Amino acid sequence: MNALLVICGLGVVSLLAEIVNAKRWLTIVIALGLIAAAVLVASDWGTSRHHYYDMMVFDNFSLAFTGLITVVALLWFWMSADYFNNTSHRTDRSALVVFSIAGAVIMVSFNNMAMLFLGIEILSISLYVLAGSRKESLFSNEAAFKYFLMGSFATGFLLMGIALVYGATGSFDITVIGQRLAEHSGELRPFFYAGVLMMLIGMTFKMSAVPFHFWAPDVYEGSPSAVTAFMSTVVKIAAFAAFYRVFSICFSSVQSTWLGVIQVITVLTLVLANVTAVYQSSVKRMLAYSSVGHVGYILLAFISNDKASATTIFYYLTAYSVASLAAFGILMTLERSGSATVDSFAGLFKRNPLLAVGMTVAMLSLAGIPPLGGFFGKYLVFSLAINNGYTGLVIVAIVTSLIGVYYYFRVIIAMFFREPQAESTLEITGSQKVLILLLILLSIVLGIFPDCLLSLSLR
Amino acid sequence: MGFITLFLIFFPLLVSLLLFAFRPGQAKVIALGASLLELVVSLVAVASFEKSAAVQFSVSMPWVASAGINFAVGIDGISLLLVLLTTVLVPFIILSSFGHTYDKPWTFYGLILMMQMALVGVFTALDGFLFYVFWEMALIPIYFICLIWGGADRGRITFKFFVYTLAGSLFMLVGLVYVYLQTPGSHSFSIEALYAAGRALPEFEQGLIFWAMFVAFAIKMPVFPFHTWQPDTYTVAPTQGTMLLSGIMLKMGIYGVLRWLVPVVPVGVQAWGFTAVVLSVIGILYASCIAIMQKDFKRLIAYSSIAHVGLISAGLFTLNPIGVQGALIQMLSHGIIVFALFYIIDIIFSRTQTRTLAELGGIRNAAPILTTVFVVVMLGSVALPFTSGFVGEFLLINSLFQYRPVLGALAGLTIILGAVYMLRSFQQSMLGEVTGKTSGFADLTGLEKAVLYPVVVLIVVIGVYPAPLLSLSESAVNNLLVLFSGYTALN
Repeated sequence: MNALLVICGLGVVSLLAEIVNAKRWLTIVIALGLIAAAVLVASDWGTSRHHYYDMMVFDNFSLAFTGLITVVALLWFWMSADYFNNTSHRTDRSALVVFSIAGAVIMVSFNNMAMLFLGIEILSISLYVLAGSRKESLFSNEAAFKYFLMGSFATGFLLMGIALVYGATGSFDITVIGQRLAEHSGELRPFFYAGVLMMLIGMTFKMSAVPFHFWAPDVYEGSPSAVTAFMSTVVKIAAFAAFYRVFSICFSSVQSTWLGVIQVITVLTLVLANVTAVYQSSVKRMLAYSSVGHVGYILLAFISNDKASATTIFYYLTAYSVASLAAFGILMTLERSGSATVDSFAGLFKRNPLLAVGMTVAMLSLAGIPPLGGFFGKYLVFSLAINNGYTGLVIVAIVTSLIGVYYYFRVIIAMFFREPQAESTLEITGSQKVLILLLILLSIVLGIFPDCLLSLSLR
Repeated sequence: MGFITLFLIFFPLLVSLLLFAFRPGQAKVIALGASLLELVVSLVAVASFEKSAAVQFSVSMPWVASAGINFAVGIDGISLLLVLLTTVLVPFIILSSFGHTYDKPWTFYGLILMMQMALVGVFTALDGFLFYVFWEMALIPIYFICLIWGGADRGRITFKFFVYTLAGSLFMLVGLVYVYLQTPGSHSFSIEALYAAGRALPEFEQGLIFWAMFVAFAIKMPVFPFHTWQPDTYTVAPTQGTMLLSGIMLKMGIYGVLRWLVPVVPVGVQAWGFTAVVLSVIGILYASCIAIMQKDFKRLIAYSSIAHVGLISAGLFTLNPIGVQGALIQMLSHGIIVFALFYIIDIIFSRTQTRTLAELGGIRNAAPILTTVFVVVMLGSVALPFTSGFVGEFLLINSLFQYRPVLGALAGLTIILGAVYMLRSFQQSMLGEVTGKTSGFADLTGLEKAVLYPVVVLIVVIGVYPAPLLSLSESAVNNLLVLFSGYTALN
């Protein structure tokens, strides 16, 4: 809770910074604030505090995800310094990002459907604006508009679903709903099931799982790359944690209603996203589809519905976020000197070896090659799924992983094999160097010492 | 004594990281020094090795405790031979590269050493998960060696290689995880636990796991029909990459069968072993026939490698002690001989800029020393008595005869067919008229002699007196087979 208050405070400070003309210090203040939030999360570890009449619960699960969100957000701020510099909108952008982080934290710690809705909306509304923050670009405008339209549509589904569930159970509190469902599972009204499915649609939309993913590639491509990186890391983490909370805590006793649907969604997500990613020539769009594809692997861990699911999802999201941040960070560096197609990666190893190595580690981790974090994540998912009788789905996931290797390796092959189009070497600042080294190191450490996260008990 | 194993695994990694970090101009000298030190340490291990079936120099510590994964490594007789092969060949491979100047040498030699780390890791791992991680890690450096310094069209070819081997490995992972989930309690990947759990499975499931894992090993070796990546990759890779691939890396597949397939699913192996032998024998005949038709010298040796490995795999799956011992000795012999052959091709290529046999000829007069060396290596390759190739192939064909005489006879053709393509390539390159490309051919330089002379000595010494090597692995092999027959007899 303290972490959430600090983050909300940071948002207000960002807004005020414009007035008191303290823009120069803003990034540092935000960084310190996020560090403070992470420390507060760590100090709360092991406690399970309820706030506001049980509307918010900070148990280990939400603390872990809050911590992940703050750390990823911190790295994100470091990475996207360019997005804030050289603009007259520094304070607005910072405030929007910080508020959406606050929304994300609410999404991982709600205990009440109303808070879930508030969290999603706080996160989304900030993002609609951020997606359109490159005002002069038509694509950015398109992205914002598309995201807003589709997002409101999905919100409608979610809200209607919440209302129907409330009508059937008489409560917004997810633990209370869970108890009532367990007690009265035989006497539920038909519209309750409609409500569950509508919530499912609303939430898979936010996670961008197939077939509710169609907005993602366009929005990811049109938005400024920094915002895309934010969407595919922080937002994804929050959406998954929220989804997990609703469906495994609240609706676990009516599993038969939604399990089949999610199984279908999992297969569709794995297959369609990975196959479509093969055909993308823009690396940004490829990463968008790949991030949809990774949703499939996480869903596979989710439907395995084991006591280890939460830990697996947490680990997978961590490894995935680290690799994604590295990939987007390098993509942004290249974008500054032109486009971001696979061709612009040609010969990067000659132009700047560190960037090439960083991108390679990110791609290998996303492709799931040992000893990187992405591999261990995939291993955990596969082993969990096999253990729960989903061997068939694991075979599908293996085939799609191989397809994934194809498009990730196109970037690697371009960097090491093809001749550079621009002869000039690519210079990066010292801070970017440190960040890329840190992200490489994190990917390796996550893969070699996975126990540092796996030993956390999320229950 | 566990630190010997740890040193053998992590010292090359340490040096490779230092090379990446400091980018010294003299990377090749540092890499050579490191690999020689590694060789010395492995010889110490050989000297202090007790000739029993026990695993020695073992280390075991928890790695991912929550998932039952340990960092467990150790060396028994079988591992020792393969570790020795790795530590002997890597210095030669590095030395053989001294004639080349590679762009970004620190990366090149760093990757070779990283590869050595993964290979030693594969050969010493005593934990299923650890084995898998090393297995995959071996793929990364060799992929980049081929991708960065390979020949024309390497992007496409190396990618095919990568996807092929990765596909196989992922199915192996599923197989391993499946067995792991059968282990009692909170599960464990330790080799004993996997052995116990795998053996307890019914025959049908053992058969499925056999295929999941066999495909991975068969792709790596490669066994027909999983070989299609191999000729292109061997041809396009830089010489040192080809040497690593053919000399050491394909032995990972054979070792995998011995360590992680036969003892884990003995009944599955018994049910499907015949199929594996037949596939291997088909591979021998098929690859030999194609090798006879090859015009490119390197490609010819690539196909001959498929034939030789086919024989090793066929003998191995007969699962009698002669066959397994023959497979082990032939792995060493093949590693050394194929290294020498690729080096000779590299020497010829560096002087004539061609590998097409038709464009070569008449080298004998200009380069008598090279010709003599080539003769010895070639005789080793066609398994003439008193060369290392003879010991292994004799044992292997012998075991096949005991298994099924027909298969033994078919596999025996490899010696005749091998003689055909090797002698033909020798005749076309060394004898005959001098062509435009081979005029002014210079004989071996001091460096080339330094690489090839020891190799020739090894080929002859192992051929004349293989007993010390055979005795290293004997009790481990017997132990393995006693376990195997004990379990298959019960079923």
